[in-house]
Amino acid sequence: MMKRRAQDINEKITWQEVTTGAEIFEPATSLLVNTGEWRVMVPVFKADKCRHCMLCVPFCPDSSIPVEGNKRLDFDFDHCKGCGICVKVCPFDAIDFVKEEK
Amino acid sequence: MAKRDRMSGNEAVATAMRQINPDVMGAFPITPSTEIPQYYSQYIADGLVDTEFVAVESEHSAMSVCMGAAAAGARAVTATSSAGLAYMWELLYVAASSRLPITMAVVNRALTGPININNDHSDSMGARDSGWIQIYAETNQEVYDNYIQAMPISEAIRLPIMICQDGFVTSHGVSNIELLEDDEVKEFVGEYKPENYLLKHENPLAVGPYGTSPYYMEVKRAQAQAMKDSMPIILDVAEKFEKLSGRKYGFFEEYMMDDAEVALVVIGSSAGTGKEAVDRLRAEGKKVGLIKLRVFRPFPRVPLADAMCKVKAVAIMDKAESFSNSGGPLFNEARSSLYDLPGRPYAINYIYGLGGRDITVDDYYEIFNDLFIIHETDDPGDVYRYVGVRDSRYEEGGFDHRKY
Repeated sequence: MMKRRAQDINEKITWQEVTTGAEIFEPATSLLVNTGEWRVMVPVFKADKCRHCMLCVPFCPDSSIPVEGNKRLDFDFDHCKGCGICVKVCPFDAIDFVKEEK
Repeated sequence: MAKRDRMSGNEAVATAMRQINPDVMGAFPITPSTEIPQYYSQYIADGLVDTEFVAVESEHSAMSVCMGAAAAGARAVTATSSAGLAYMWELLYVAASSRLPITMAVVNRALTGPININNDHSDSMGARDSGWIQIYAETNQEVYDNYIQAMPISEAIRLPIMICQDGFVTSHGVSNIELLEDDEVKEFVGEYKPENYLLKHENPLAVGPYGTSPYYMEVKRAQAQAMKDSMPIILDVAEKFEKLSGRKYGFFEEYMMDDAEVALVVIGSSAGTGKEAVDRLRAEGKKVGLIKLRVFRPFPRVPLADAMCKVKAVAIMDKAESFSNSGGPLFNEARSSLYDLPGRPYAINYIYGLGGRDITVDDYYEIFNDLFIIHETDDPGDVYRYVGVRDSRYEEGGFDHRKY
């Protein structure tokens, strides 16, 4: 039986269970994959300095800056890869960039 | 009702395409396949078909267009040759791995180095490990018939398919042909109805996901199974096609093989010359035969080996060099298929016809003569040989393959 949903596809499935062309029968499956663990550097959100100008949000290549009610929230560290683009574009010095301690 | 006509192999492919009326064609011109998109563009301009023709800037893009269209749920076709096929290389593997049933007319031409526009099989043989089904034709009639069988095979197993013919020999050579009626072709090929596709909005789908090490090998194993499972489908489609047209097809054709002592194994138009040589030698009472391989991918390992085992020595003809120092691609697979069989014949490789070099009836006489000597002396000599090449050792006289 082919495994069609991302949550059913894991490192135990056999080749007979792989879908034709390895297709996955649902969208937005990258939410299930924690890609933030590749990070070396990490952005630090300084809420007191942030004016919520929203410049960092569209610059983030990975949609890792959640926004709610016209305010940006702290980073989605499950998916932020620590590229530092948000740090460069912030006009208010509201994001620090430091080596991540694991 | 069949219609008798005369046309080139390229026009025959374009005609089959017109009768099928696929959804999307992405193509870029390259000799000798250029006429296929050229004829087809005319059919579109004349309103005979409503295919979306995407005029791309390269073959890399032509194949990308076909992949996007096929993933979206459309029936997609292209045509190419030689360097054009080489430029598609990266995408050939992606199309096959994504299991997109794209139909590509390949008009075989030598790969450049030195530059050459004439026929050999180095382009599609180079793509033999890309995961595409490959079907070859001897004549214009066969390339037309193969093209009509392509989509029912490819779409049933979800593998892309190459319908190959010999550049200029059949692509530009005009010969008599029997065409099916348009409605017969449409009914035979049917509508493309994929189960799932990107434009099916109620079924969101991710196509071509990243295959990390814990997954890649399972995906490839499943793909290998699809190639294996395409074998009965190819025969089933051929059987249905025979009912429609009266013309019989299989993995290969056996010509005068029943009581043959020695035989050729050959792909494509050169089989025609080979059959002429067989006829003439048969008239002299010599028991010679020929196997014309039609389906190279999937490789019909078991039935081909059984057919070759009818004789004592076979000449396996390769119209492509692989620079392996152990013979051409057909030779290596055909000879390997014999290994476990107790009554296996001697199997000798002849590289021939590179870059459009003619192979003549006299060349085949020479080959059959070699095979009879091998059979009589039980000494195969060097099994990796050339035919039709100027060799100063011949001019000096006394050149013997057994003394390589």
